[in-house]
Amino acid sequence: MTQIPDLLPALPEIFLAIAGMALLMLGAFKGDGATRLVAYLTVMSFVIAGFLLLVVVETPAETFNGMFVADDFAVFMKILALLGSAFAVIMSQRFIEREQMARIEFPVLFLFATLGMMMMISAGDLLSLYLGLELQSLSLYVVAAFRRDTVRSSEAGLKYFVLGALSSGMLLYGASLVYGFTGTTSFSGLAEAFAGGGEVGIGLILGIVFVSAGLAFKVSAVPFHMWTPDVYEGAPTPVTAFFAVAPKIAAIALFVRVMIEPFGELVQQWQQIVLAISILSMILGAYAAINQTNIKRLMAYSSIGHVGYALMGLAAGSEAGVRGVLVYMAIYLAMNVGTFACILCMRVNGRMVEGINDLSGLSRTHPLMALVLAVFMFSMAGIPPLAGFFAKLQVFLAAIDAGLITLAVIGGLTSVVGAFYYIRIIKLMYFDDPVESFDRPIGNDMTLVLTGTGLFTAFFFLFPAPIVDAAARAAASLFAG
Amino acid sequence: MFEIGLSHYLTVAAALFTIGILGIFINRKNVIVILMSIELMLLAVNINLVAFSVALGDLMGQIFTLFVLTVAAAEAAIGLAILVVYFRNRGTIEVEDINLMKG
Repeated sequence: MTQIPDLLPALPEIFLAIAGMALLMLGAFKGDGATRLVAYLTVMSFVIAGFLLLVVVETPAETFNGMFVADDFAVFMKILALLGSAFAVIMSQRFIEREQMARIEFPVLFLFATLGMMMMISAGDLLSLYLGLELQSLSLYVVAAFRRDTVRSSEAGLKYFVLGALSSGMLLYGASLVYGFTGTTSFSGLAEAFAGGGEVGIGLILGIVFVSAGLAFKVSAVPFHMWTPDVYEGAPTPVTAFFAVAPKIAAIALFVRVMIEPFGELVQQWQQIVLAISILSMILGAYAAINQTNIKRLMAYSSIGHVGYALMGLAAGSEAGVRGVLVYMAIYLAMNVGTFACILCMRVNGRMVEGINDLSGLSRTHPLMALVLAVFMFSMAGIPPLAGFFAKLQVFLAAIDAGLITLAVIGGLTSVVGAFYYIRIIKLMYFDDPVESFDRPIGNDMTLVLTGTGLFTAFFFLFPAPIVDAAARAAASLFAG
Repeated sequence: MFEIGLSHYLTVAAALFTIGILGIFINRKNVIVILMSIELMLLAVNINLVAFSVALGDLMGQIFTLFVLTVAAAEAAIGLAILVVYFRNRGTIEVEDINLMKG
């Protein structure tokens, strides 16, 4: 007699999977004219999934023989991923209609990618980790190449595919070694196997190195970052806005869970790896962005730098460090969604422009947009009292508590270097002569996104408690298990 | 009589995996070769998993292999589709020509 697994903890994912298939059917019957309807329904599905996540799912719970874990950590990260995806769908709608790429598959692919993210955030086993990761990646390869008639988009898709498949292969090879040398693939089983301390064999170390290399690819940390600038530049802008936020949040969540849960006893083994990629990412993110002239490329290097700061919290390996990572990702979400909303408004005479110099004199032609973008840039540079400052403060404090003074000092120095290119954009907007004005109006959807994320970034310091408390609960749930 | 044991399988898998990775990085000719190299890497993983599964007397590894095979098929399909789109736009699939954006 086989038992039916408890489906309740996975209800949001099951709902999203069914919604995705139903929308695909709807699109197949109605044709591409229904893209707007499908996009609205996709956003609705995200909202309902978020509601199910917050109200119906009880934490902590696990199901499918421990393959699927629903704890506070998973809920926190899933809400962030859902928010990021919902914003991306809202922001992309007008763009795909203008650029003749409005096909019903577009929002549905976003939905399936989000489903993959939620599965990898909740993974409790190397197998479910791999399946979630692949569901996400396969959808993302397609949306990167979605603009089939341009070389740049298809080249971005091709590069993303090759390097993404390489990273999946490395992750998988590491997973096979971990399985072979411990005899189990479940995270709780692995944690038990390592709990006794004792000698860790060379095969196992090799496995962990391969797994972390694969994960570092997915979060685009140095030295596995080379795909990021090209893919960000080549992919259609709303797709880049999606890539920069939701998949990154999910990959960081996966990285944190894999390092803390199954390999938590081996902190000494992986701390140096995370330390090294964190330092390298911060340095590269700061220096390589200085010379960029394309704003999407600049954002790619900026996101590499941000991943470095977030990994600083993981390198601490403590509960405070993980809390720092979670707060960092929440604030990163707001800053990046807002910045990409501004980039999506950069249109001159109906044509998208991507040069940084096109922002010159924005304060005179679009004063409000310049103000909001300046807030995001100051926040990314880490200027108090904006949100980005508190994000950095949290991870720096955790790193110092864990005795990683050098790491914190390097982080401080690179954020000073990074401030240069963020503030250069502000200088262009406020002190240079205007070039051609961007098209008006920017649309209600953009206004809404910009207002929301701008207010959050600017006034986070007044109400930090809800997010910091939720992050603290989430971090505690990860260490309890 | 010469016994073929776990270590032999692992050596073969490691060799195949290395060939796969080298095939991606050293290959300067053709994107199809890269797709084949990716398949080779995944097959190396499968050999690893099945060998471990038999050695440990645990079925999980073989179940994992079946999932990997399925996902590899989907991955190859998407990879080829993207490649076809790229070829239509560019008219070539030489690796050296994939350089519109410098990364």
